[in-house]
Amino acid sequence: MAEKVVGKGIKRTEDPRLIQGLAHYVDDIKLPDTLHAVFVRSIYAHARIKKVDVAAAQKTPGVVAVYTGKDISQKIGPVPCGAAIPDMKQPDHRVMATDKVYWVGHPIAVVFAENKYVARDAADKIEVDYEELPVVLDEEKAADPKSPVIHEKIGSNIAYKLTAGEGDIEAALKAADKIVRQKIYHKRLAPIAMEGRGVLARYYPGEQELTLWTSTQIPHLARTQISLMLGFPENKLRLIAPEVGGGFGSKLNVYAEEAIMAYASMQLGRPVKWIEGRRENMQGTIHGRGQVGYIEIGCKKDGTITGFRYNVFADMGSYFQLLTPAIPTLTGLMLSGCYKIPAIQMNVTACFTNKMSTDAYRGAGRPEATYVIERAMDLVAAELGMDVVEVRRKNFPEPFGAENPFKVATGLFYDSGNYQGALDKALKMADYTNLRVEQKKARAAGRLIGVGVSTYVEICAMGPSPALPAGGWESATVRIEPTCKVTILTGASPHGQGQETSFSQIAADELGVTVNDCTVIHGDTAVVQYGIGTFGSRATAVGGTAVYLALQKLKAKATGMAAHMLGVDAKTVTFDDGKFTSGGKSVTIQEVALNAHLAKNLPADMEPGLSATTFFEPKNFTFPFGTHICVVEIDPETGEIQIQRYIAVDDCGKVINPLLVHGQIHGGIVQSLGQALFEEVVYDEQGQLISGSLMDYAVPKAAQVPWMELDRTETPSPVNPMGVKGVGEAGSIGATPAIVAAVVDALAHLGVRHLDMPIKPEHVWNILKKNKAGAA
Amino acid sequence: MIPANFDYITVKSLDEALSLLAKHKDDAKILAGGHSLLPAMKLRLMQPKVLIDIGKIKELSYIKEEGGQIHIGAMTTHFQIETSALLQKSCPLLPETATQLGDMQVRNKGTIGGSVAHADPAADWPAAVIAVGAEIVVIGPKGERAIKADDFFVDMLTTSLQPGDLVKEVRFAAPKGKTGQAYMKVRHPASGFAVVGIAVTLTVDGGKCSASGIGVTGVSSKPYRAKSVEAALKGSALDAKSLAAAASHASDGISDAISELYATGEYRKHLAEIYTRRALETAAGRAK
Ligand SMILES: Cc1cc2nc3c(=O)[nH]c(=O)nc-3n(C[C@H](O)[C@H](O)[C@H](O)COP(=O)(O)OP(=O)(O)OC[C@H]3O[C@@H](n4cnc5c(N)ncnc54)[C@H](O)[C@@H]3O)c2cc1C
Repeated sequence: MAEKVVGKGIKRTEDPRLIQGLAHYVDDIKLPDTLHAVFVRSIYAHARIKKVDVAAAQKTPGVVAVYTGKDISQKIGPVPCGAAIPDMKQPDHRVMATDKVYWVGHPIAVVFAENKYVARDAADKIEVDYEELPVVLDEEKAADPKSPVIHEKIGSNIAYKLTAGEGDIEAALKAADKIVRQKIYHKRLAPIAMEGRGVLARYYPGEQELTLWTSTQIPHLARTQISLMLGFPENKLRLIAPEVGGGFGSKLNVYAEEAIMAYASMQLGRPVKWIEGRRENMQGTIHGRGQVGYIEIGCKKDGTITGFRYNVFADMGSYFQLLTPAIPTLTGLMLSGCYKIPAIQMNVTACFTNKMSTDAYRGAGRPEATYVIERAMDLVAAELGMDVVEVRRKNFPEPFGAENPFKVATGLFYDSGNYQGALDKALKMADYTNLRVEQKKARAAGRLIGVGVSTYVEICAMGPSPALPAGGWESATVRIEPTCKVTILTGASPHGQGQETSFSQIAADELGVTVNDCTVIHGDTAVVQYGIGTFGSRATAVGGTAVYLALQKLKAKATGMAAHMLGVDAKTVTFDDGKFTSGGKSVTIQEVALNAHLAKNLPADMEPGLSATTFFEPKNFTFPFGTHICVVEIDPETGEIQIQRYIAVDDCGKVINPLLVHGQIHGGIVQSLGQALFEEVVYDEQGQLISGSLMDYAVPKAAQVPWMELDRTETPSPVNPMGVKGVGEAGSIGATPAIVAAVVDALAHLGVRHLDMPIKPEHVWNILKKNKAGAA
Repeated sequence: MIPANFDYITVKSLDEALSLLAKHKDDAKILAGGHSLLPAMKLRLMQPKVLIDIGKIKELSYIKEEGGQIHIGAMTTHFQIETSALLQKSCPLLPETATQLGDMQVRNKGTIGGSVAHADPAADWPAAVIAVGAEIVVIGPKGERAIKADDFFVDMLTTSLQPGDLVKEVRFAAPKGKTGQAYMKVRHPASGFAVVGIAVTLTVDGGKCSASGIGVTGVSSKPYRAKSVEAALKGSALDAKSLAAAASHASDGISDAISELYATGEYRKHLAEIYTRRALETAAGRAK
């Protein structure tokens, strides 16, 4: 009897090639005669372009073509935005700047040359005359009617205003015994995928076909959009996402460079390649977060929350990328957190600024929501003198599931949850009661220890199609080949998550074969049926479900075939461990697979072959949740912050591979840690990006990461048959508030109630210094 | 990340390197471990026309003790210093500094000669070589000369090396008597370079500090010797109070402290004082 593998922490089948350097990223794909592209990008945040002189570049030996914005931006359609908000103002986002530049990094011209060195030399010779204009950088000040205006045609910097939420917020706040208010920043973050973006385009004039290799999370959606931008038939455009070295949302997008490379390969009749550098990546790939908001939360004396309002200014950057304006709406959806809050209101003012566009970065709007509601719960606890755990417990719903989904005042129905369960487990792991005792003792001895608790819930498995701009379903085809090897084609587009392994686990158990018998193919639009892609922690819950359902179809057909081979009624056939059995007789799946292809002994009404395709449309999102507890110690002399312990109990429903789940949680917590303590995209007053390299922008490295004590609870989702929820973003949603809360808690006795991220030691030191001076 | 065009020449001897330097003058750059030079070239912050790779010159890679002096060849890597039995025994400050420098790849390629010649204001070696009172032995068109580490570092990325000069070795008197040493560093969370780095060597005689060397990096545009700390320590007891009092002078006279996104000058100066005290305490504890 073969062992079942779903639920087992088997090692990723992807890893050997990644670890040995045998994987093929875009830049590893070499085609003869390839031209290399280098962009000239704006060095000013806001300026009129008076002249672009490309003569010297054009004359450089080895240069084949130079395009400026004027040359091509009307020949290629605008960079797409898939999100629509009522009354939203959308600037015309051309692939390169023509008359004005809007941010440092805005592409102005591109050189194509025999190699990248020549291309870069020539790019350095392009002279751009600028006339500088006043810059708009602060998303809050941008809304001021007196602010300079970025897009003259739009007439103001306000992209849209939106009010969301349910319940009578005024009445709810009026009914409160106390109202707590706080201004909160979510600084811009850079996604920093290990592999930057990269594009290789090749046009086949005979076939009139275009192949585009691009580092993307959404191969099919990108193909559709790029075909529209180019006016090129979608079915002649093959888009391949080869090995993709991470995305974190930054490659859930369609970028100007992709369309420009496609266009150039057709114009120049040669393959063209562009590989993004790290500085370019920091200037010209989307940023995440970028909100400043004001929270108002009303509570009763016993800690019951009466209402919650979040007035927020959201930084769009100068243009919309694919989902830019939609991100704050996701914040609005999740403001209730895992609490019963009768009235919730979010008022968004979304503004243009002279910066790179913001868009989806791991969590995409939900980390902001979790952060504000978790900070708010802590503020309520501080105001009432309650323990942070008690305030949370007070407002939790009872455990719920399919029969009694949890309706919140943002309009959502949470699928299933047991918030007490995860909280209790985490408190036990942390020995919370004792932690508080230790903390008191330490404080008396002059040590600064803080404990932060975050109980989060998030929305994922995006999602029902009506809720998404471009379809929320996912597709799968499963084929059993004549030798009984199993080929899985998924419309999801894994780029580090490990679904080549987990989807094989699902197929192996369903078909009674081994993981090594299965292969997962993704990311090539010429091979894989249309799919939506990987983002929003959807690949397993939606894409994996499609695989699962295709397997059921396949098994039904195989059972019919086996019954025919055994000469029995299909109803009498059982399938277990790769064997179809009826009475004393049995036939193996290998025999059935071969028979399906030889087709010499099929039931009269059955087609040959063993292949099934499913398009799975989920009825709801899923809502993973959990509790994170962070313990920090602050150096009282320097303000330096040390994470002493990190405990996380996450519930992502049924787990297919705990090793993959841990990997996702680890990574998410690390990115949270970066946001909480280190990371911040900084533009100076002129709009220069001064955090534009990894020498300044601090992505946490292994040595800066604490040991993590992980466990989980398992509350299956009723939304899909496997009961899975998704875990790709949970860590980056749940951890940030816990870390910030721990630092705040370490300073709570000094009257500190909130600190903005990233919490730098110097800031803490200033607080300690002030306090010391005050005490002296 | 695409460097400008350059010629690359490997040399087998110091003479060859010197004559090529003389020939190409300002167009040439010495290539040692490449871990400061190549990143700068990839960003086109540096565009030398000729690289003279001294990595194959065997006579530049050594750690040896001769006549009470310790000599470290310019091409000696951070890793070789970290793992040198000789240094671990006679001057553990240097191995301790090396363990805190960069990561394993950097330590395997980067060299002490390259580091001092580059003179990054946040590099680790400058603090250590100042603390041990080293001389930088330089060889140039006019032959060899020794420059005190204190005088070698002139400003950010600027040393007293003259055109045509090469760093040949770092040398210093082996610590004698009852000594204790320590290197302490606050790493920049992004770059890993020193926000402050404090190198301390103490000599103890009859329970009192008879001599000390304190090198500070990261705080100012050039590394410096904390002279007022050394003065305060001279003849002082090594109790917590005396050490703290001495350490409070760690940033005396620094008016150009570095301010950047992570830490302002004021905070750096404060860190220098705190970490000097801690390094002194550690070194005093180790003095034997
Ligand atoms: C990721 C990373 C992290 C790092 N972290 C740290 C850190 O934490 N602390 C730290 O101190 N350093 C750090 N470094 C820098 C590292 O220590 C470098 O190796 C060192 O600064 C330069 O040594 P090199 O041998 O690589 O010199 P190179 O890069 O080859 O040369 C540097 C400069 O010195 C000149 N030069 C080299 N050798 C000589 C010589 N013998 N005579 C005259 N001129 C010479 C070169 O012409 C060049 O201008 C880091 C580097 C990297 C890439």
